[in-house]
Amino acid sequence: MNFVRFAVRRLLEMAATLLGASFVVFGAMYLAPGNPASFLLGGRSASPAALAAIDRQYHLNDPFIEQYARWLGNILHGDFGRSIEYRTDVSHLLSSRLPTTLLLVGMALVVVVLLGLALGWAGAVRGGATDSAILVGTTFAIGTPAFVAAILLQGFLAVELGWFPSSGSGSGDGIAAMLWHLTLPAIALALYLVGMLARVTRSAMLEQLTSEHVAVARSRGIPERHVISRHVFRNALGAVLTTAGLIVSSLLVCTVLVETAFSVGGVGQLLELSSTTKDFPVVQAISLIIVALFMTVNLIIDLLLPVVDPRITLGTRATG
Amino acid sequence: MNTTEQHPADTPRPAPGGRPNTPAALDIRNLRMRLPHTARPVLDGVDLTVGAGETVALVGESGSGKTLTSRTVLRLLPAGTTTEGTVHVAGDDVLTMNARQLRHLRTRTAAMIFQDPRAAINPLRRIGDFLTESVRLNKIMTPAAAQARAGELLEAVGLTTEVPRRYPGQLSGGMLQRVMIAAALMGDPTLLLADEPTTALDVTTQAEVVALLGDLRARFGTGLLFVTHDLGLAAAISDRVYVMYAGRIAETGPAASVFARPRHPYTKALLDSTPGLDAPPGRLVAIDGQPPDLRREPTGCPFAPRCAHATELCTTETPRSMPARGEPAHTAACHHSDRLEGTPGDA
Ligand SMILES: Nc1ncnc2c1ncn2[C@@H]1O[C@H](COP(=O)(O)OP(=O)(O)OP(=O)(O)O)[C@@H](O)[C@H]1O
Ligand code: SF4
Ligand SMILES: [Mg+2]
Repeated sequence: MNFVRFAVRRLLEMAATLLGASFVVFGAMYLAPGNPASFLLGGRSASPAALAAIDRQYHLNDPFIEQYARWLGNILHGDFGRSIEYRTDVSHLLSSRLPTTLLLVGMALVVVVLLGLALGWAGAVRGGATDSAILVGTTFAIGTPAFVAAILLQGFLAVELGWFPSSGSGSGDGIAAMLWHLTLPAIALALYLVGMLARVTRSAMLEQLTSEHVAVARSRGIPERHVISRHVFRNALGAVLTTAGLIVSSLLVCTVLVETAFSVGGVGQLLELSSTTKDFPVVQAISLIIVALFMTVNLIIDLLLPVVDPRITLGTRATG
Repeated sequence: MNTTEQHPADTPRPAPGGRPNTPAALDIRNLRMRLPHTARPVLDGVDLTVGAGETVALVGESGSGKTLTSRTVLRLLPAGTTTEGTVHVAGDDVLTMNARQLRHLRTRTAAMIFQDPRAAINPLRRIGDFLTESVRLNKIMTPAAAQARAGELLEAVGLTTEVPRRYPGQLSGGMLQRVMIAAALMGDPTLLLADEPTTALDVTTQAEVVALLGDLRARFGTGLLFVTHDLGLAAAISDRVYVMYAGRIAETGPAASVFARPRHPYTKALLDSTPGLDAPPGRLVAIDGQPPDLRREPTGCPFAPRCAHATELCTTETPRSMPARGEPAHTAACHHSDRLEGTPGDA
């Protein structure tokens, strides 16, 4: 199938799925037991006048479909509504926090890709003691949940040794301060995925190392470093790319835990706080953004797969 | 381990069928190879030569050591093997080469055509990349020159010039084997090694590929060691033939002479089990029994347990290669060769 047509079709599918997701996200609040107004107030007591004001502000007396249509229309114009807790526009809340979260997730992603691929490569190619050490290390990394890693890193490197700040994002003090503040959270976020990616890379490369075409490449006098990069690693990339979806979804979910543990003040922490205070407009907005991000990543993976493995044609995920 | 005992002259002798005054394309002398955890050598005193521009067939049952012999020529050995003897390719000893010399051997002097081209070519890289990567990465040719040569060779093997842009999955097995042959010729080698290059192909394609190999080795003047267990194919393509049994050369000589007047009972049995070659059609006899395995050291002739002509002598004394009367190039390692003399086709 032609690349442009495939991309357009997938974008349309994505829009449809997002529409469905928005319906679920909005409906969840409407269907939740009890009066939406008291829900919006989150158990706080309020005067009848205040309740009436909320009803008016959120159009709670309109039919559901009308409410949903209005909410969706506003979102399409970039208006995610107002936060009950912070009494400010949701888009304003997000615009100050989204860069922090994206930087954190981006840092973690760089660590995962660089370290995961390098460790997997080293284990497969060097073998012996290097490989054993990497296997032990990745076993620990995979076995340590992100919040445990966060607590340990905070306890030792931040509180005990004072090498890194123990909380905050450093936003407002420039990019260097932010990188400095986000180093430990990024490591906590990356740890499990580094172990996972290293394992996937290692076993995919080991499989290639015993394959006939690699023996043939050697028999043709291809220098060993080229055999590894052009045939072993290159052919392991397909397996690596199929884990990309898992990596990104894991990063998006775990950033909630890690941002909370380090009080980073990003979108993840905001989601955690807003869930406990039942600040629905915020939860709805963040949920939608996460779904959209996840779908975008999957679209990119589907477009990249045929590039990495020419045996796969666009739109048909295959193995082999 | 690598010793050159028994052969005082370390310079390769010219091969029997080769051109005079050029070193043999391949000269294996007294090659003995041991695999780890085995009782007897898997190759036991193999002597084999391929003259410049000569085509030589190496035949034998499965497990006799044909693949190990041909892979040794490129020093592709299983881990933990030890070797004795010498393997000269175009005058240079392969077993003592350093890494750089070995790379030179593999890119410029000798090249192998493998059994299953679909497994041998990286499915994720384009054909053009496969053809040119060795000469490019070793800086033997510029990318442009490599591309031009690949184009010429593709034409020589009967493929079109749009093939380089394709991926292996888009070509048939026969086309891929042609690509493999073109790739082997890229470095203009002195010696081609083909290890059962047609086994993975269908019958019509097999014939085409064999004919092509024959043409090309004549046109490019390369020596060819053709490994097969198909005696019909060996007879059709080769100048000389080696028959291997349990890691030893049982019999060797000009193809016509070996197939018409076998002097080793094993060769005779192989011929009898081959349809349409000397044996009357419809008579297909598999050779009874199993070749000796690597866990026991046999005494005497390794073929004795399966041999109809075996005597007391055969089980106690290992036969040495002896030339036929009046035909010194035709030798067999059998105590009782004379009993087979002039009796082709009946056992
Ligand atoms: N990598 C290896 N490790 C251990 N043993 C091996 C290895 N390669 C070959 N052998 C053994 O060496 C012997 C000779 O093998 P080889 O592959 O040379 O036989 P062959 O004549 O090519 O047989 P075939 O016709 O089946 O290809 C066999 O007994 C085989 O089991
Ligand atoms: S030496 Fe004896 S056992 Fe061996 S092949 Fe000759 S006759 Fe048979
Ligand atoms: Mg073989």
